Amino acid sequence: MSDTGPSTRHTEYHPRWYRSRVSTWWWLARWPYLKFILREISSVFVAWFVVLLLLQIRALSRGPDAYARFQHWLQTPLVLLLNLVTLFFVVFHAITWFNLTPRAMAVRFRGKRVPDLLIVGTNYAAWAAISLVVAWFLVRS
Amino acid sequence: MPETISLEVLRYSPETDAEPSFQRYDVPLRKDWVVLDALNYIKDKVDGSLTFRWSCRMGICGSCGMMVNGEPKLTCATFLSNYAKDAAPVRVQPLRYFPVIRDLVVEVSDFMTKLQSVKPWLIRREEKPLSEGEYLQTPDQLDRYKQFSMCINCMLCYAACPVYGLDPVFIGPAAIALAQRYNMDSRDEGAGERMDVLAQHEGIWGCTFVGECTEVCPKHVDPAGAIQQYKLTATIERFKSFLLPRGAK
Repeated sequence: MSDTGPSTRHTEYHPRWYRSRVSTWWWLARWPYLKFILREISSVFVAWFVVLLLLQIRALSRGPDAYARFQHWLQTPLVLLLNLVTLFFVVFHAITWFNLTPRAMAVRFRGKRVPDLLIVGTNYAAWAAISLVVAWFLVRS
Repeated sequence: MPETISLEVLRYSPETDAEPSFQRYDVPLRKDWVVLDALNYIKDKVDGSLTFRWSCRMGICGSCGMMVNGEPKLTCATFLSNYAKDAAPVRVQPLRYFPVIRDLVVEVSDFMTKLQSVKPWLIRREEKPLSEGEYLQTPDQLDRYKQFSMCINCMLCYAACPVYGLDPVFIGPAAIALAQRYNMDSRDEGAGERMDVLAQHEGIWGCTFVGECTEVCPKHVDPAGAIQQYKLTATIERFKSFLLPRGAK
């Protein structure tokens, strides 16, 4: 909608409206806005975990020496710190994502809307179940 | 409880002021007084030039939306006693992101134009004659859209939406929620017409799901929910238009 009509232009009846500018730092003004921006930034860290996984696969495909070097690199303080921050953001991303799902999904069952708690709960249950399966694979090997 | 409470009200006169400034007023603090009562007290007893919109005083007309201590509020439903403990005066400002005409009065034509653009009324491909009676609806069908029909056009959701502030062409929460109100109405057949307006960047895809529109809504409309649900509908419709042959949609 490029044209919002004559309403946005000044008219002879409203010759001097006052318009305030939105501050560049608007997202610092309130916690919900900051939380939103942190959530948006979390996508960068989610992407980093994907890149890390690809690097790991590449190292694995190059043989045991390369993989040992990769593991050693993972243990350096800087990478550890980065991955710790990444873990925080990925968990933050997942939790806020699950908590938002009932808004986006209006699931109806027998004419009634499924309660929010059930939708959120199902997500968390699936998360826990999949994590347990992954953990089982890791512990087994 | 103290006997008076201080208000800092933003004043702007287009004839004399280059930009708005705060004016401080002390008003009696009564248990049953809302911010709107304080503004009316100022207008009646202290300063008759103070300009603001109000009408019903009972959260129905949607006229008295303002920023109270930085939060979008219906001033008829915001009790002064909630702020009595604070040492700082209660700050009353016009609704954020809208151009100010005078004092606490904002220019709303932008919202009105956008609201019209989503055709918030029942659209029928063919109207049936009056003699055939009304379009019937079951309670379950009513329940699907009832929440979205509670909107009173108070525009608090626009004042809460940073997307609208940063990108004023965004159609915004209330207009999209009201479009959904009609899209989900079993008597309506205009979803296709509304999609042209809604499924574009200035429509639903402008929304980044900050979610504050839903938080500030005095009628629990959940515009954020309406927008996200419509994103799903629009995506499904788009895939259908790619995959299905004409006529099967």
